[in-house]
Amino acid sequence: MAKHETPLLSQLETGPWPSFVSDIKREAESRAKNEKGIDYQIPVDACEDLLGVLELSYKHGRTHWKHGGIVGVFGYGGGVIGRYCDQPEQFPGVAHFHTMRVSQPAGKFYTTEYLKGLCDLWEFRGSGITNMHGSTGDIIFIGTTTPQLEEVFYELTHTFNQDLGGSGSNLRTPSDCVGQARCEFACYDTQAICHELTNYYQDELHRPAFPYKFKFKFDGCPNCCVASIARSDLSFIGTWRDEIRIDAEAVKAYVGGELKPNGGAHAGRDWGAFDIQKEVVDLCPTKCMRYADGKLEINNKECTRCMHCINVMPRALRIGNDRGVTILAGAKAPILDGAQMGTLIVPFMKAEAPYDDIKEKVIEPIWDWWMEEGKNRERLGELMKRQGLQRMIEVLGVDPDPRMVQEPRSNPYIFWKEDEVEGGWKRDINEFRKYHKR
Amino acid sequence: MDYEEAKVKITEQLTKKLKTKSKFYFNDLAKILEMKPREAKKIVNKLVENGVLEYWSSGSTSMYGMPGTGKQASAEHED
Ligand code: SF4
Ligand code: SF4
Repeated sequence: MAKHETPLLSQLETGPWPSFVSDIKREAESRAKNEKGIDYQIPVDACEDLLGVLELSYKHGRTHWKHGGIVGVFGYGGGVIGRYCDQPEQFPGVAHFHTMRVSQPAGKFYTTEYLKGLCDLWEFRGSGITNMHGSTGDIIFIGTTTPQLEEVFYELTHTFNQDLGGSGSNLRTPSDCVGQARCEFACYDTQAICHELTNYYQDELHRPAFPYKFKFKFDGCPNCCVASIARSDLSFIGTWRDEIRIDAEAVKAYVGGELKPNGGAHAGRDWGAFDIQKEVVDLCPTKCMRYADGKLEINNKECTRCMHCINVMPRALRIGNDRGVTILAGAKAPILDGAQMGTLIVPFMKAEAPYDDIKEKVIEPIWDWWMEEGKNRERLGELMKRQGLQRMIEVLGVDPDPRMVQEPRSNPYIFWKEDEVEGGWKRDINEFRKYHKR
Repeated sequence: MDYEEAKVKITEQLTKKLKTKSKFYFNDLAKILEMKPREAKKIVNKLVENGVLEYWSSGSTSMYGMPGTGKQASAEHED
């Protein structure tokens, strides 16, 4: 018998999708039975009380969680999010129910043994409820008490060789696509750079001193599997400077039907014979492809690396050989309002270890600027809007590039700086006053 | 400015403001120290390490306060 009646939550389970309510109920049951004989370190009925407080929130239309708090592990300003219930007598199991963010491995590779280990740790010292993964990519451990925080942290760092992730006004846990480990579209080693920058910027990750959160995300190619272009303050997207490599034989095989387009992904229905003109050439956004007399040609100067043709015919078309990253800045995806895509700031840069150019010419000047001039709770993208792309270009010390321009100018004023105008505009105030009385 | 000097300055200024607020943004601290953020951070890190300051976090934003000052309520703008 459930500890609390939860008719509203049960109604949620009737929909067509897997339900988090069912998941929590299952964990509640498993804790009550305790078949493995675990010596639970937080109340055994934590999951029951979690369901109870959630039901109450639905009933009242208000949250019963208090906001934030002073919890954390020693020396870290992030990684733990304090949560306290405002009905502790009614729901003692979740009176303290803090969230821990655990840094995910680059590319999210695990062994099952490792995952089992993490889950066992969390059943023993927490609620057993996890979120794999949170929006930023972290492994999220949901719900434990204050005394367990240091214990969990010790286990993570000593047994699992794992760290807490970022939260608050910190560098958030950097995240990346699976990259060269499994994907032949990857134009640089996303996992290597993600891992390197995570280690290199430990102070920024764990000790908050930014105006607000800051995210790096690494996509190996413009397919953007981690959606860096929409979700990160600095987005690194793999690209190439030379030409798409065309294998004419394989093009023929696609046209002849021996090779399945899109890697066979749309095989559930008969779409008819593959039509290279209609499905590839005509859909090229820059119209830079031509297919005539059985020959495919690309005007690479006009290609925007949208990936469409490569996705459709991966055996025939391959990314170029001179590879690197394009860097965009200022994206954010807040829940309430103000979502914004990244703005291109670096058209091309090589991405090779130890990434000194990326660190010293891009990341750090941007941080210096934002830390000094950003307002409290102002994301980089908002500062860019407030002060303008021109300021951003100054900060980076680069020349403006047409590729940074998204749309024709809407501001009719052109502002010159004194050193940009021949002769400057210093005036002799005494000379001026001769003709202009105060 | 050396560490001891910074400590006195921060403690004095934060105590003075206690009547109205107990949680401060990092930028407020950098202003009190009259330092560039990156320089100020080195000192603020040390102040936290030595227990002069402590972190407060809502999950999305972080703030700093002196241990034992302010109630949860003040962090939630209820007073
Ligand atoms: S972003 Fe590109 S390189 Fe990375 S996994 Fe997706 S398709 Fe592959
Ligand atoms: S990648 Fe996109 S823009 Fe470039 S040739 Fe292919 S379809 Fe056209």
